[in-house]
Amino acid sequence: MKHTISVLLQNKPGVLSRVTGLFSGRGFNIESLSVAQTLEQDVSCLTLVTSGEDTIIEQITKQLHKLIDVIKVTDMCEHDNVEREMALIRVKAEAHTRAEVLRIIDIFRGKVIDVGPKSYVVEVTGKASKLQAVIDILRPIGIQEIVRSGTIAMTRSHKL
Amino acid sequence: MKLTGAQAFLKCLEEHGVEVIFGYPGGALIDVYDELMKNDKIHHVLTRHEQAAVHAADAYGRIKGEVGVALVTSGPGATNAVTGIASAYLDSIPLIVFTGQVPTKLIGNDAFQEVDIVGITRPITKHNYLVKDADELVPIIREAFHLAKTGRPGPILIDMPKDVLTTRITYPELKPISMRTYKPTYEPHPGQVEKACQAMLKAKRPVIYAGGGVILSDSNEGLTELARRLNIPVTMTLMGLGGFPGTDPLSMGMLGMHGTYFANMAVANCDLLIAVGARFDDRVTGRIDAFAPHAEIIHIDIDPSSISKNVRVDIPIVADCKNALGAINAWFARSTEFNAKECMEKNRPWHEQIREWQNMHPLGYVEETDIIKPQFVIQKLHELTGGDAIITTEVGQHQMWTAQFYHFNKPRQFATSGGLGVMGYGFPAAIGAQMAAPDKIVIDIAGDGSIQMNIQELATCRQEKLPVKVAILNNGYLGMVRQWQELFYNKQYSSTVMEVAPDFVKVAEAYGAVGLRATKPSEVEPVIREALKINNTVFMDFVIAREEGVYPMVPAGKATTEMLLV
Ligand SMILES: Cc1cc2nc3c(=O)[nH]c(=O)nc-3n(C[C@H](O)[C@H](O)[C@H](O)COP(=O)(O)OP(=O)(O)OC[C@H]3O[C@@H](n4cnc5c(N)ncnc54)[C@H](O)[C@@H]3O)c2cc1C
Ligand SMILES: Cc1ncc(C[n+]2csc(CCOP(=O)(O)OP(=O)(O)O)c2C)c(N)n1
Ligand SMILES: [Mg+2]
Repeated sequence: MKHTISVLLQNKPGVLSRVTGLFSGRGFNIESLSVAQTLEQDVSCLTLVTSGEDTIIEQITKQLHKLIDVIKVTDMCEHDNVEREMALIRVKAEAHTRAEVLRIIDIFRGKVIDVGPKSYVVEVTGKASKLQAVIDILRPIGIQEIVRSGTIAMTRSHKL
Repeated sequence: MKLTGAQAFLKCLEEHGVEVIFGYPGGALIDVYDELMKNDKIHHVLTRHEQAAVHAADAYGRIKGEVGVALVTSGPGATNAVTGIASAYLDSIPLIVFTGQVPTKLIGNDAFQEVDIVGITRPITKHNYLVKDADELVPIIREAFHLAKTGRPGPILIDMPKDVLTTRITYPELKPISMRTYKPTYEPHPGQVEKACQAMLKAKRPVIYAGGGVILSDSNEGLTELARRLNIPVTMTLMGLGGFPGTDPLSMGMLGMHGTYFANMAVANCDLLIAVGARFDDRVTGRIDAFAPHAEIIHIDIDPSSISKNVRVDIPIVADCKNALGAINAWFARSTEFNAKECMEKNRPWHEQIREWQNMHPLGYVEETDIIKPQFVIQKLHELTGGDAIITTEVGQHQMWTAQFYHFNKPRQFATSGGLGVMGYGFPAAIGAQMAAPDKIVIDIAGDGSIQMNIQELATCRQEKLPVKVAILNNGYLGMVRQWQELFYNKQYSSTVMEVAPDFVKVAEAYGAVGLRATKPSEVEPVIREALKINNTVFMDFVIAREEGVYPMVPAGKATTEMLLV
């Protein structure tokens, strides 16, 4: 099963390689990864998506915990959470397809962020499944390039 | 007053009570060595290879119960240390290795004798550091000592660029260490302790499986108290030997691949397995689904990642062994449900069963009159040292015979490379052990193959005037591998025959040490007696039965009950 794991880390040189080294050294897989600073300057948040049986996921979280620079490990699947990914898509946009592209992007609440004579760069965010849907629909029109981010996730705010 | 980084380094070691370090100099460390010469509190042992320095520091720490310290130069010095670090990592040994490094400005430049040792050792250290700022040096060293010896111990590496060692700094005040991200759990959860005790009350066929964690946490007394009070038979891993007295009637000796028949049978048939500071290594479990299949399992370990890693555990207790055993013993001391007599009665059939297994296949060997049996040598070593020597080993058959036939009664009496299994560990380890315990008899039980991996340490022994004894069980083979070839590869002794070997007596003599040889059983005792009398390093070359095998043996991938016997 897929798990999204969120890891708070000390923001120090070499910390990222401790995490990725752990995964390669112990044969755990990483499907996607994203890291950036948090509100606190010396803390980063790393979100990774991995998959495996429960025993593997248990080892992954325990081994992550064991890294001295790791502050906190949360398996997002154990919480109610929101997850997002972003894709930048360069799609063919010639005279007869421009309107069509705009309409599709609009339906998915995407944005055109760069306009060229024969193509657009569009930005779409959402769950992986939504991004896949956009890609599938744009494909017949002509996708020239795709760049996708890793997943980021946050637990939902407590309801009253 | 300002100190140079090199001076601050030594001052910080003194602050941590370090008296002995093991190392080898080089350009990147020349400033430290310059200071060492003026220092009369820290004794530096110059080994003849950096790997040996790390193994010696490892064993020094094991025997003394302290953090061992090694010091090696940049580049090749650092890479030579890697095997020693990996061995300490797999055996959870507290150790700090300091490496020299090229000046900060040159890092990343493929400078002369530069390697990214922090990168190289990341997966084989508990943690490691590159000191980028001289002001960070002392705080990092303090943190390293804290990390090395607390929680699950392990090696720490500190990489020190040359300019850090020459920069002048103000020596920082000592402050209590507080690490936001590191707080090992020492105290057991009372609910888990209660559950474990209830399980022990109910069990009819309990077994204690004690590991290296018992030694590391000095909890042999707590373990002995528990085993004796509840009359529970104890088996130990290679790393746990000495954690419970080997000559006690409750001891079943070692379990696992070369464990005793009765220990493996007891584990396979027990209804409660109490694992204390052990990590369910594959040499111990054999085929995993056949390991303790009928048992409820209690596991005491300070490292949560050890728990349920290989074998699903029913009652985990994340804690220091000492605290956990203390809590369990206290529970039984005040329990009204527990009655020692009843407990004895309840376990009686189990003990009878175990005795039966033991009598069926006791640990033994076929004695011969004209050829020396390796087991006989170890029995004699045990007898003539009153079982009180500090023993180190290399890796191979001789290591397993030592585990089987030198019945360790005390913790911190035995140092061996268990997890990594490094040939060449034993001799430098004996040097570290002798430095830690100058008044003890220290014997490296070696193979003829392994001893050649760090034989140059004869010079270190001589320089330090160490009366280390080396008992070479000389079978002219890489015996352990040969045994596998004999059993599983049609006796094709590919590259395991030591076709050329040195005359070990002469090698010893060439270094100014003493060499003795025994070729007949009748010569074994006189040679040992003689060696023990000599106040010098001695090589004892025992020419043994060449194709003797280590038994019992659980073939790889088999259940531990499927043992090959003598
Ligand atoms: C040729 C060869 C053959 C071998 N054959 C065998 C064999 O037949 N039988 C055998 O047993 N071994 C054998 N070994 C050794 C084996 O490879 C392992 O090294 C050994 O079994 C591991 O011992 P352990 O489980 O006690 O763990 P260790 O490696 O000693 O680990 C200690 C455990 O205790 C925990 N711990 C540490 N400190 C504390 C604390 N303060 N409180 C609580 N827990 C703590 C750690 O987290 C860890 O889980 C062999 C090795 C070689 C080289
Ligand atoms: C550095 C290293 N290389 C290779 C091995 C693999 N190995 C394990 S035991 C062994 C044979 C050891 O021979 P010897 O020291 O003569 O001991 P014996 O088994 O004959 O008692 C070998 C080659 C090892 N453990 N360590
Ligand atoms: Mg040999």
